[in-house]
Amino acid sequence: MECIRLAYDVDGENFSSAGNASESVKRTLKQLGVSPASVRRVAIAMYEGEINMVIHAHGGRAEVEIYPDYIDIYLKDHGPGIADIDLAMKAGWSTASENIRSLGFGAGMGLPNMKNYSDEMKVDSTVGVGTTVFLRVRF
Amino acid sequence: MPTLKTVVLDSEKCIGCITCMRRCPTEAIRIENGKAKILYDKCINCGECVRSCKGGAKRPVYDSFDLVSSYAYKIALPSPSLFGQFNNLDDPNYVIEGLLALGFDEVFEVGLAAELVTDCTKKLMQKKNLPRPVISTACPAVAELILLKFHELADHMLNVYAPAKIAAKLAKKQALEKGIPADDIGIFFISPCPAKVYSLHKEEVANEKYISGVLSQSDVYFRLVDKMNKIKNPRKLGKCGYSGLGWGSSGGESNSLGLGNYIHCSGVRNVLGVLTEMSDGKLDGADFVELNMCPGGCVGGVLNVENPFIARNHMRQLAEKLKIPPATMQDYGLDESFFIWDKAPEPSTSFQLDTDRFAAMQKLMLVEEYLKKLPGIDCGACGAPTCRTHAEDVVTSGKPLDCVKLREIK
Repeated sequence: MECIRLAYDVDGENFSSAGNASESVKRTLKQLGVSPASVRRVAIAMYEGEINMVIHAHGGRAEVEIYPDYIDIYLKDHGPGIADIDLAMKAGWSTASENIRSLGFGAGMGLPNMKNYSDEMKVDSTVGVGTTVFLRVRF
Repeated sequence: MPTLKTVVLDSEKCIGCITCMRRCPTEAIRIENGKAKILYDKCINCGECVRSCKGGAKRPVYDSFDLVSSYAYKIALPSPSLFGQFNNLDDPNYVIEGLLALGFDEVFEVGLAAELVTDCTKKLMQKKNLPRPVISTACPAVAELILLKFHELADHMLNVYAPAKIAAKLAKKQALEKGIPADDIGIFFISPCPAKVYSLHKEEVANEKYISGVLSQSDVYFRLVDKMNKIKNPRKLGKCGYSGLGWGSSGGESNSLGLGNYIHCSGVRNVLGVLTEMSDGKLDGADFVELNMCPGGCVGGVLNVENPFIARNHMRQLAEKLKIPPATMQDYGLDESFFIWDKAPEPSTSFQLDTDRFAAMQKLMLVEEYLKKLPGIDCGACGAPTCRTHAEDVVTSGKPLDCVKLREIK
């Protein structure tokens, strides 16, 4: 069977609209009767991804493909890229500015949380070109 | 009890405007043949449509006061918010004497039960086995909202009965201990909102009988004022202290728990916002979340008489005069088992497009296809609150798309 494809532009200028994409995906998964625990994992992983795009990359695009028993999420941006992915994956490590931190973001938990709440994760990044994060969450 | 409904429509008064449909937080209203229709399987009984209807066409459902006289031993359960409805009330005992003068044999303050619920909650929170943040379930509309739209937060719900139910349980226990025959006992909660009317009726259908009827606070108010005016020196009957009285306002419940790290908020949009943040994992550090669907808390319920913020002021001033310390479970010889749910409520599947995953996916694909055709302006002219809900209605009902804008383009 085909999958359901949804796509969202993530606005890089607006913190309060970050989360709109994960909100819409959450609604969709609930309509499909996906278990609450899985909905929560998808919501948290995707929300972290959206926030990352806002903080580091002036926004980007979130594309999801929903299959009967899993969801694939692609978070694509044209931001600065990640120089050392292994380092970025470490809990507590962040390049976010003081400004961002004072808003309660940039604690260095974005990528680690995305990994914790997903079943598969892949980060493709080229410095100066952009980053694509792939997440798969099984229901 | 016939089909449970919280709000019914006065068809003659409904002019088919889209105000209530727009304000409904769960997209449970459609305009059909020029009249607002409630989809009861999606309704959380919050009363927002009653509050917003300009023509008074939305009528909250509650029991008739006449029902009280059909019991030999009548017990009134006034909610804390009732005490905020009166100007210049400096002693809650006027209200209690007033209720007795109305024909009740006994008054059991729900605020007192609230203090016991607080004590129980404190003990349960100390055990640390509840997932944080714990969400208060005192507001039944909030509980229904979680069960309908926030299943992922259902295990955060505080698993104790709301104060009204505890008051009824305790009042019944005490009456039976006095030797009053069970059939003679009539217990009536005086409700500030349709959500509590509904939830207590629902409990009634499913569980042991504690509550005999749920009255409207405004209905009782007008009967009460007349009696209260004749009372000169009220006896000291009230047992509820400042802590229990505080439950009538948003923040009262969480304040009484003595926790540092908590959130309280009220009003439909704010509650939806906080639940959304929670489901994204953003409030994981907080211990307790108290949510009230009505603005300002229970004082904002649509069955009140006074403006919620004026009532809050009344209640605060009254609470300052009450020196009674909060009641404890020990005072009443109770333990946690008296308060904890017999059974966790079931999440509702009303928002699922189909119980079969594949069928639901097919339907959702169709919804997305229709959405590409629809203008996306959410004008409401088709009778659904948004283009998306219209597309979903079309997919689930099999009816054709019916969009004013699309017809214009053609």
